[in-house]
Amino acid sequence: MYFDSWQAALVMDGHGGFVWAAYAITTLGVVWMLVYPAWSRRRALRQLAVAVRREQARADSAQGVR
Amino acid sequence: MNTLPTVAFMRRLLRRQLLLALRSPVDVANPLIFFGMVIVLFPIGLGPDPVILARFAPGILWIVALLSSLLTSDALFRSDFDDGSLEQLLLSPQPLYLSVLSYVLAHWLITGLLLALMAPLFAIMLGLAVQAIAPLVASLALGTAVLSLVGCIGASLTVSLRRGGMLIALLVLPLYVPVLIFGSAAVQAAVDGFSVLPYLAILAAMLSLGIALAPFAIAAGLRIGIDA
Amino acid sequence: MWSFFHKLGSPPWLYSIAGTILRWLLPITLVVLVAGAVWGLLYTPPDFRQGNSYRIMYIHVPTAVVALAGYYVMAIAGAISLIWRMKMADVAMRAAAPIGAMLTFLALVTGAIWGKPTWGTWWEWDARITSMLVLFFLYLGVMVLYDAYDNKEAAGRACAVLSLVGTVNIPIIYKSVDWWYSLHQPASIKFTGESTIDSSMLYPLLLMIVAFYALYTCCLLMNMRTELLRREARTGWVRRLIVEEGKG
Repeated sequence: MYFDSWQAALVMDGHGGFVWAAYAITTLGVVWMLVYPAWSRRRALRQLAVAVRREQARADSAQGVR
Repeated sequence: MNTLPTVAFMRRLLRRQLLLALRSPVDVANPLIFFGMVIVLFPIGLGPDPVILARFAPGILWIVALLSSLLTSDALFRSDFDDGSLEQLLLSPQPLYLSVLSYVLAHWLITGLLLALMAPLFAIMLGLAVQAIAPLVASLALGTAVLSLVGCIGASLTVSLRRGGMLIALLVLPLYVPVLIFGSAAVQAAVDGFSVLPYLAILAAMLSLGIALAPFAIAAGLRIGIDA
Repeated sequence: MWSFFHKLGSPPWLYSIAGTILRWLLPITLVVLVAGAVWGLLYTPPDFRQGNSYRIMYIHVPTAVVALAGYYVMAIAGAISLIWRMKMADVAMRAAAPIGAMLTFLALVTGAIWGKPTWGTWWEWDARITSMLVLFFLYLGVMVLYDAYDNKEAAGRACAVLSLVGTVNIPIIYKSVDWWYSLHQPASIKFTGESTIDSSMLYPLLLMIVAFYALYTCCLLMNMRTELLRREARTGWVRRLIVEEGKG
């Protein structure tokens, strides 16, 4: 490691706030870019599953009446 | 079925557009009035100091001309889309590239050219140097033609959408940036006593590129709008 | 050769192959990304002129590079969908826009943060920053236009046209903004002419650029899978998929 201590790495001769803030914001952005599509795919799958189950139930009940 | 020669068709289309515009003179005057009113806002906002106003005059005149060109391009295809004549145009055997070009030409004649001719009046009010007035008119005349071409792309892409106005600004304004840069730089160069020809040449180059490519995009946009 | 293209046009194949790629690529990407960030943050020497603030470069440059490349990915996908009416290209274009917008945004924000310690201002109307801002608006325009159409097929084609128009314009915008800035450049600030970079700083930078390209690919594939599910909701393969997922 270039820095002597974690303390020094955090401060970075006064530039630490800028550097760590930039990395934190980028991390948030990257996490959002990865989590949002995964989450929306799950949600789409769940909604489709509900729709399929409802259709199945309707088909079953129609069979029962007959 | 006998079809008109293409040039005659283009001329008729152009005359129709101009006639329609002349029948509602208020619509023709609107962008010019807008141009004047926004120019008035600048001395009010920046203060009446003639030195400051003269310094910002090239930029102010160009930005306001750009905005008035933008505002009018939204309505360009709208009424023809609503009454179905645009669909007729797409079905006609005439090359769409050229018919679209006459729409653009009409738009430029009604807004761009008129704005360029009106601009000296407001330039004098803002205290623009006298030697910069002819370059202002020339750069506006060339530049607004490019703006009309690009604005028509935006208009064609939003023609079938109910909420066009704000959307077209979002689509088109980033594409206006090069024209604004070289247009206002031409006027600034004239103020500083340099030659304006290189700037006008670059604007003319943009215009050539625009005439070559933009009608394809406009035609594609209109087809999408009719299909949607 | 042709069978590959036929497969590329088949949604279930694309969905499953994207899933397989992601299973491998995603963990690798994350590891490389973290490794590159740690390397850049902690194991490189500081710049002799800018001190430690230059470490922002390891995220700023990759996001900017990939954001610009992403616009071309989007435009090429748009062109393919427009010319050959290939639906998968349309899906790719739709998936590319938000990722590119996010990367451009990150490049702008990190650039602003970098600007504060180096130039003393959060925002400098520098040529590259200004063009990045214009690029951001171009991305937003595509996203807004897609959203405005109710008919999503027309939306895809309209966005394809718009992104192609943008592609023609990007070099012109970049060149003119560059020229504009050189005209107005204040004498006190000058960055041109220092393009040499020491290898101890170059390697982590290259690693981060590769990592961000991989990240872009991952996000693109993930977005495409979601988009495919949405569009193909009524088809048999999606039904079978749901039944399988329900069991698993």
